[in-house]
Amino acid sequence: MSGKEKTTVKAVIDGRQCEFPQGITILEAAKSVGIEIPHYCYHPGLSIAGACRMCLVEIEKIPKLQISCYMTVGDGMVIHTDNERVRRARKAMLEFHLVNHPLDCPVCDQAGECGLQIYYMTHGNYLSRLKENKVKKTKKAVQIGQHVMLDQERCILCSRCVRFCQEISKSNELGIFQRGDREEIDVFPGTQLNNPYSANVVDICPVGALLDKDFRFKTRVWYLESAESICPRCSRGCNIEVHYNLAKPWKNEGRRLARLKPRYNSEVNDWWMCDEGRYCFKFVDEEDRIEEPLIRTESTVRKTSYKEALELAAEGLRSIAAATDKEIAVLISPRAANEELYLLKRVFSDQLPGTRLVFSSATPFEPTEDEILRKKDKNPNTKGAGLIGLSPDSADVWQLSDLKDAILAGEIGALYVCYHDIPGLPEELSAGWAGAVERIGLVIYQGTNHCATSEKAQIVLPAAAFAEREGTVTNFQGRVQIQRRAFAPLCEVLPGWEIMQSLGAALGGSYAFGSAEEVFAELAENELAFAGLSYEIIGSSGCVANGAKV
Amino acid sequence: MPQVKLISRFFEIENSHQLSVYEQNGGYSAARRVATEHWAPEKIIDTVKASSLRGLGGAGFPTGVKWGFVPRDHEGPRYLVVNADESEPGTFKDRHVMLNAPHLLLEGAIIAALSIDAKDVYIYIRGEYWEAFRVLERAIEEAGQAGYLGQNVFGSGHTVKVHLHRGAGAYICGEETALLSSLEGFKGWPKLKPPFPALKGLFSMPTIINNVETLSYVPIVIEKGPEYFASLGIERNGGARLFGVSGHVNRPGVYELTLGSPMRELIYEHAGGIRQGRQLKAVIPGGSSCPVLTAGEADKVNLDFDSLAGIGSMLGSGGLIVMDETTDMVNVLCRICKFYSFESCGQCTPCREGTGWMTRIMERIVSGRGRSRDLDDLLEIAGMIFGNTICPLGDAAALPVTSFINKFRDEFEARVSNGSVAAASSPLNAEEL
Repeated sequence: MSGKEKTTVKAVIDGRQCEFPQGITILEAAKSVGIEIPHYCYHPGLSIAGACRMCLVEIEKIPKLQISCYMTVGDGMVIHTDNERVRRARKAMLEFHLVNHPLDCPVCDQAGECGLQIYYMTHGNYLSRLKENKVKKTKKAVQIGQHVMLDQERCILCSRCVRFCQEISKSNELGIFQRGDREEIDVFPGTQLNNPYSANVVDICPVGALLDKDFRFKTRVWYLESAESICPRCSRGCNIEVHYNLAKPWKNEGRRLARLKPRYNSEVNDWWMCDEGRYCFKFVDEEDRIEEPLIRTESTVRKTSYKEALELAAEGLRSIAAATDKEIAVLISPRAANEELYLLKRVFSDQLPGTRLVFSSATPFEPTEDEILRKKDKNPNTKGAGLIGLSPDSADVWQLSDLKDAILAGEIGALYVCYHDIPGLPEELSAGWAGAVERIGLVIYQGTNHCATSEKAQIVLPAAAFAEREGTVTNFQGRVQIQRRAFAPLCEVLPGWEIMQSLGAALGGSYAFGSAEEVFAELAENELAFAGLSYEIIGSSGCVANGAKV
Repeated sequence: MPQVKLISRFFEIENSHQLSVYEQNGGYSAARRVATEHWAPEKIIDTVKASSLRGLGGAGFPTGVKWGFVPRDHEGPRYLVVNADESEPGTFKDRHVMLNAPHLLLEGAIIAALSIDAKDVYIYIRGEYWEAFRVLERAIEEAGQAGYLGQNVFGSGHTVKVHLHRGAGAYICGEETALLSSLEGFKGWPKLKPPFPALKGLFSMPTIINNVETLSYVPIVIEKGPEYFASLGIERNGGARLFGVSGHVNRPGVYELTLGSPMRELIYEHAGGIRQGRQLKAVIPGGSSCPVLTAGEADKVNLDFDSLAGIGSMLGSGGLIVMDETTDMVNVLCRICKFYSFESCGQCTPCREGTGWMTRIMERIVSGRGRSRDLDDLLEIAGMIFGNTICPLGDAAALPVTSFINKFRDEFEARVSNGSVAAASSPLNAEEL
């Protein structure tokens, strides 16, 4: 690569001689060499406000302290981020931030992850000398949108939320009203904070001024643990953190999964995620989770073990395979991870060759899409299914309409449904399906929650939800990303790949994968699109599959 | 030194705000010359530089140098903005200029616009100055009809359009970048610098912002020659300026003096001395944000930028607030603090929170509930604000606190220990200021 010369500047930060790319701010430069400069209003995804003044640093030969979020590193600069003068200024700025703050930490949901608490411990640590009354603000604990609660007196007016609504969601609901220390963040008269990305303002609010209505008062954040994952709600595959509470199981009505938070990935979602994705996790701890395998006859439903359920399933499937006038069909879902899809393909082609593979990306969700993050395809792994050869792009894979025709023609003797609930979809997609399903002699349903299909199925196999198992999904860009297991599945529930492996065994095959990672290793060997990939290579931020590269 | 009559001569001419009267007194000859003789921008700028005219809004930056910052090779519009948002307590000179010599301002604006090749001039006038607004509005109309403004000024082919915009009463909009934000239709919040307005100002275009009085001197500089103007003052502090004197003097008003004149002369001769024969106690020299001077300092100092800087204060906007021996300095400081916390725009933390905090401490002291540690706390808070804010409002709020407490510490100590006893005997209600 010639032509464009890379220019750098040399500067001394806290006594260390460093080299930085030209144009980098002091704050970012310091971060890159491991020096954290405290800040409230600065956010790397937003424009520079320069308002909180927490990030003041001293630059030799410049008389005033400068805000490091805005000032770029100049060649030959000697910068002090932690000398006496800077520390004093920082402490002063922190004291100012707390002058009108109510200090109601014991009843504030932000406690434990609050910028004021954190910086007080690291940069403040002074005794209060404030005798004055605090300025009274108008709104305390007022809902300003579907997901967001506003508490004006906790607000430090960093304007991050306002800038988010101007620059990222471009919906401009929030503004700063009044002047001086009477200033208040609020929605403009007659509007509500209801843009599709509204809850991001909660993430970027450094204090407890904007809180997530859904998460509020559910559990203290210090009880939460975190696992890296990928949002399962659409084909963008936003990088997320799954925050879950196992320490205090009586909190939050026993729900383990407390909230989803976006995780930075510059290639996928930057710092953000949409509200649809953020609140899609409820099904994981819902009452209607399928906890044990079920066997249904015309008059009874009984709980059973995987062993019995799978043996019964294998028996049923084999008998249809042996029949000359009936076919087996498998309805594949792009909600499944690559590992499960790969094993599904292998098990059925090994053990029940001739099985009809049917693919559908239908979901009950509205096909919302925009220029920011949301994609029309509401499945996390449509691209992965395609790369494994399970999408209708492959000549021998049917579409939903083909399946329906075959069912109505009486050709389908057994249907293995993965996650899909076609009869439960909106009218235009589900018309005629309820009756169609009833015409099939053997319906096996594998999924996470009870639904119209599971209510009809003769055999129901519970599957682990995305937060309960490990697996990779491939987003619309072809980026393979890992969903880590946050917590163990409910009861004895198995991950999808293990169900497939066990079904394969019940059908007479021999599969001995010990983990999803092992399945992926074989997948990478056998599927050209995934060649060269491994969990290690994919890592935290994902890796584009070779087969997906243009 | 006697008063000079450069701008102020129009204060004495009847109906000087009318175009015909202004022209009978030599008006528009400077702008006509510059436009019809097609002076190169460099020539205008060099002339103003040679006059040593400095920004009279308060900062005192050399005017010609400022104009020279506009990049010559810029493609697209450039703007001249006239800062007529005169709001600093104690300052009222610009109002006099606009009421009595609106055409002088317009003439200066035409010349300045030509120097930076700006086709549009925005006058941002303080909302409360409705009378000056009317007068200016009429003057712009008259000048337009006469062909001095608009598409072909003085038949020279140059275009200079003047737009008059009323502020909504926020002090902060007198800060030049806040003024630009307000003019652009946003909340009047100062912008981060750099970039400076001369490179990226109004609507992101190169912009020069000048005070009313500064621009009003420009036709005089052209007319009488830069050497004459510079010779009026002293070295590096050339020319003259308008001083607004208010407070406890016998003849408050606007007086035009050459720079370097003794403050004593202004107070005791031109402004008629202290009312009722009382003793001088203190002077705020250039608008309420400038550090206060004791009577001793005021007696000796001369009215120029460098002399006042030399004793740790500022010439600022030239608005002197004179206080006699009966003045309660604690009340005065409390009133000043109230003003700055009321007017703080709230954008950056130290000013937003600090001004209110200082005000509440001062109010507590005035109400007789002061603590002995309050004075040191106030000094420290002022120090925490000073130099750490986006715009100079923070400094403007901090400097009075520091100077009042340091120079009149005994009075503050007494109030803190005696409580409200002193408050009752104060003849000067702070609300008067």
